[in-house]
Formats: sequence, structure tokens, C-alpha cells
Amino acid sequence: MGTLVEEIFSRRAGRQVRAGEILLLDVDYIMSHDNTTPLAIKAFRAIGKPIRDKSKIVLHLDHAYPAPNILAAENHKKIIEFVKEQELPYLFQQGVCHQVMIEEGFITPGAIVIGADSHSNTYGALGAFGAGLGSTEVGVAWVTGKCWFKVPETIRIELRGQTQPGVYAKDVMIHIAGLLGMDGATYRSVEFGGEYIDNLPMHERIIFPNMSTEIGAKCGLIAADAETLRYLAEETPAQGTFETLTPINPRYERVVEIDVSNLSPQVACHPDVDNVKNLEEVAGLEVHEVYIGTCTNARYEDLEVVANMLKGKKVNPLTRVIVTPASARILKKAMQTGIIEILMDAGCTVTGTGCGACIGRHGGILAPGERALTTMNRNFVGRMGSPLSEIYLASPATAAATALTGRISDPREVAELAGG
Amino acid sequence: MSKAWTFGENMNTDEIIPGRHNITTDPVELAKKVFCEVKPEFAESVRAGDVVVGGRNFGCGSSREHAPIAIKGSQVQCVIAASFARIFFRNAINIGLPILECPEAAADIREGDDVEVDLSSGAIFNRSTGNRFQAQALPDFVLKIAEVGGIVQFLKTHDIEELTA
Repeated sequence: MGTLVEEIFSRRAGRQVRAGEILLLDVDYIMSHDNTTPLAIKAFRAIGKPIRDKSKIVLHLDHAYPAPNILAAENHKKIIEFVKEQELPYLFQQGVCHQVMIEEGFITPGAIVIGADSHSNTYGALGAFGAGLGSTEVGVAWVTGKCWFKVPETIRIELRGQTQPGVYAKDVMIHIAGLLGMDGATYRSVEFGGEYIDNLPMHERIIFPNMSTEIGAKCGLIAADAETLRYLAEETPAQGTFETLTPINPRYERVVEIDVSNLSPQVACHPDVDNVKNLEEVAGLEVHEVYIGTCTNARYEDLEVVANMLKGKKVNPLTRVIVTPASARILKKAMQTGIIEILMDAGCTVTGTGCGACIGRHGGILAPGERALTTMNRNFVGRMGSPLSEIYLASPATAAATALTGRISDPREVAELAGG
Repeated sequence: MSKAWTFGENMNTDEIIPGRHNITTDPVELAKKVFCEVKPEFAESVRAGDVVVGGRNFGCGSSREHAPIAIKGSQVQCVIAASFARIFFRNAINIGLPILECPEAAADIREGDDVEVDLSSGAIFNRSTGNRFQAQALPDFVLKIAEVGGIVQFLKTHDIEELTA
């Protein structure tokens, strides 16, 4: 009985739990990456106790990978030496951590996964509890196999209707961020549901829990269903039968109903993710870089949308258009199907996978006075480089349209999309 | 005197310590860059015992623990805010950075005010305005961590089960 997060926690606790309770729960996996693992190792050494279960620890090198400087290289060295020393089974260098966690089958319905990365909420797309926390807690979980949670209250977002051509899950989520605000869901579980979500394929569903972080949420959840099971079976090595938990007689703190039918493409404007405008209001604004990447919007289907719009065309020659696939697997598939060739022929710079540009490390840093339109999930001042640069967030389709002109442009006006 | 350094709403961890500087884990090095873009004079001028004061949603954004470590490294005695983002709240408690949630105090305190804080009781006294405030009490299990100076210290002498016992 309860909301989805109450159901997941109740199953793990072995009794009915309610919002407000403090629980100490076993976690299934403990994720961290090259930016957060060094501090976790520091905490682990300070605690001075052995690892509880090595098979729960999943490490990634993605935030500054391949190393852009000596300090980053030292972090990678430290992590690899730790993996050797502790004989840990899982170290990945194949892409953005959250994408790899899903692709490699670590995320399954009802699982409880914590990560030293704020976008660990992403795992909620498959009906798993995913939450971000800090490095020290990761070190603690290595030793204990457990983590404390306050069972959160839930905000239900009920989405009705179907989006118009040219409008994607990213536009809907940016719209939600504008409605709720940057702290609109702090400490809350945000449950996304309704006919719009039911009809959405997994690669689009992932946007919602991923960006629930941007409104302060502890977790963002979508109940697992037939689409979740299809995705797991076809796209991941996850084996077995999975129980698809759903809310049962839930008591929500708040229900927000949204009809997506008439929504325009949305843009989250500098300097806040909740500074949201209809694309029409910002169309024509010059941009110096278009960045298509990150755990939010650089999956195969995103690259496919971009390639369909850029095929046979050239991007604006004075705009840097950078495409960073979310994982090596995505990059490989996009190579095999010709998408990478289309993007390169259009003048895009296709890079290896990773998070570098999104955190201002490398691979697309902005100069003072520059403006980027990106498929990322956050636009904090200075996030991608100079504190005097500006970041605008939008869908891959809006990014492709903008790449063609060097100005924020409407994807609905690109013929291939309008026709499709 | 304990000088107040004030910051606005939604002070995110990118602005507390930008990504290009959080590649080290050394508190002293991190403290040299803390708030470097939003308040460049902070790192050089802050004195041990000063107080950081924020608005709503302090510490939102990235989970980087470097943010509370950088603030702790600057030797301020605590952060007072109208509210804290959830990961920052956990991180601060876990690494032993005292935090006090008090919207009234956050609204009253101005840059440079002389602020007296009693961390054990949560009492806040703004000497500059003469106003007194009481911060929200931390939950018992959080106090267990805070009292010993962080989760690492707690685990050295306790089992994790004792947190919620």
C-alpha cells in the first residue's frame, strides 16, 4: 500500500513503511565515478573496515576521461590501483555512468541503487529507486552495504495527451521544471505517470527521472510496465523475472496534472533551469556552440533524430557543433548504422563518450561571452567553462535545428521533421 | 566577532566550487577556490569562526562533496540557510560541517553582520540587528552523526545499525 517509493522501500524493509520514517536499507549497487571515487576511497581508508560485498560496487571513469590533465590522470590511477588492491569486479570506461549502469543491466525494477552523482535519480526510469549522495556515504556503503533513507513524500505528475511533432520528452520535462521550480520537489519523490508516460519508449522516459534532480527531488520514479520489461530483455543483459511494483492506494502530497498536447518546444534559459520559455520567445538568439551529449540526451535515438535533420545539410560554419554519444555502445551502433557519417558530413565534431563538457572539464568549454545551446540537464552559471558564458537547455531536435543556423531555431521548421 | 558572508537563493555547488577546481580532494586547496566566482574576495578575507549565510535551496545541483569540504576548509563555524538541498544536507552532516536551517535568520542577516551561533542549541543571535533566532532541530539520528563530527568518526566506534536504533 502506498506510493511507488513507499512500495519499493516496503518490499526491501519487509514491512509496510510510510513517508516520514527513517530506514536503514540494504542497497543493491553503489555507483561512483572518477570525480567522486577518490573522496570515497579517502573515507573508506579512514573508516578502516573491510568492504562488505565487492559485487555491489560499480565504478566508472567518465567525468574527466580520457584524462585532460595530470590531476585527472592521478585520479584514474588511484581508482585503478584501488580496483586492483580490493579485487573489485566492476570498473567501466565505456561511457557516462548512468547510461552504462542501465545498459549493463545493473538497474532493474524494485532495485535500490545509490550513486555519488546527483543524476543517479535516472534509475527511476526502470522502476528502481535511484538517489544521488556524496562520496563519504559511498565509502560508508562499501563497508556496510547499507544506506539510511527518510521515506519521502511524493508529488505525482500526471501527464495526459500526445506531444506534437517536434516536441519531445525533454520539452515536457523542461516545462515541468519551469512549473515546479528549482526547489519545487526538494526531499520529495516525484512520480511520473499517466497516458503520455505509458505510451513513451524507454529512451524518452529516462529524461524525467534524470531531470527530477533539477527540481530538487530525492528520486524520480516511473512504475515498471511492459515497456520496461521489453527494454530490459532487448537492450540489456539483465536476466530473470522482475516484479513490476505500482502505486497502491497512494496518498500523494500533491498531484500536478499536465496536458502535453499543445506544448511548444521548450528552452530552459540562462541562468536557471526554471527560467523556461517557449522556443518562439528565444528563437533567433545567436549561439556559439551546440552541444549534444550527456546522460540526459545522447542516446542512440537522440542521435538518430539529429542525423535525420542534418542529413545532406551543413551546420552553420561559425558554430561549433559537438556530439558526444552517452556510451561507447551507442557510438558503435551509430557508426554501424551510418549516423556518425551523416553527422560528420554535416560538419559536426563527434567525440568519444564522457561527461567532460557538461562539467566544464574538457571537450567543449565555453569562452567568456559565449552562449551554448545544449541537450544537458543543468545550466548553472559557469557550468561549461567561463562564468561569463550562457547555457540554454533544449531537446536534440532543437539542438539540430539550431546547429543549422547558429541561432536558436525551431525544429518544426526543418522540413524532414515536419514531414515525419 | 563572527562576520556573516551572505549568498543568495539556489546557491549551487558549481558556484560553491566550480568543476574545474574540484579535481583535488585537499580541503586547503579547495578552500582557496571556494565561492571564487560569486564572491572572489571570500577565500582570502574569510576568518576562522565566520558564518556563511544562504537563502533557499543552498547547495543544490551536483553531488560533489568538494563543496561542503571547501566551505569547511575555509574554517567558517557553520552555514545558516533558509533551506538546504538534500544531497548538500547529507554531505555536510557526513563530513562534519555544521549547518543550521533557519529562514528567519537567513532573511535578517546582512553581509558583514556580527553573528553569534550556539551550535549545540541552534540559537542564532544577530548582534548587528539585535534579533534572536532558533534554528530547526536536527533529527536524532542526524545528531548522532553530527555530535561525533561526521559519519566516518561515527563508524569507527559504532555499527551503522546504531544510527536508526
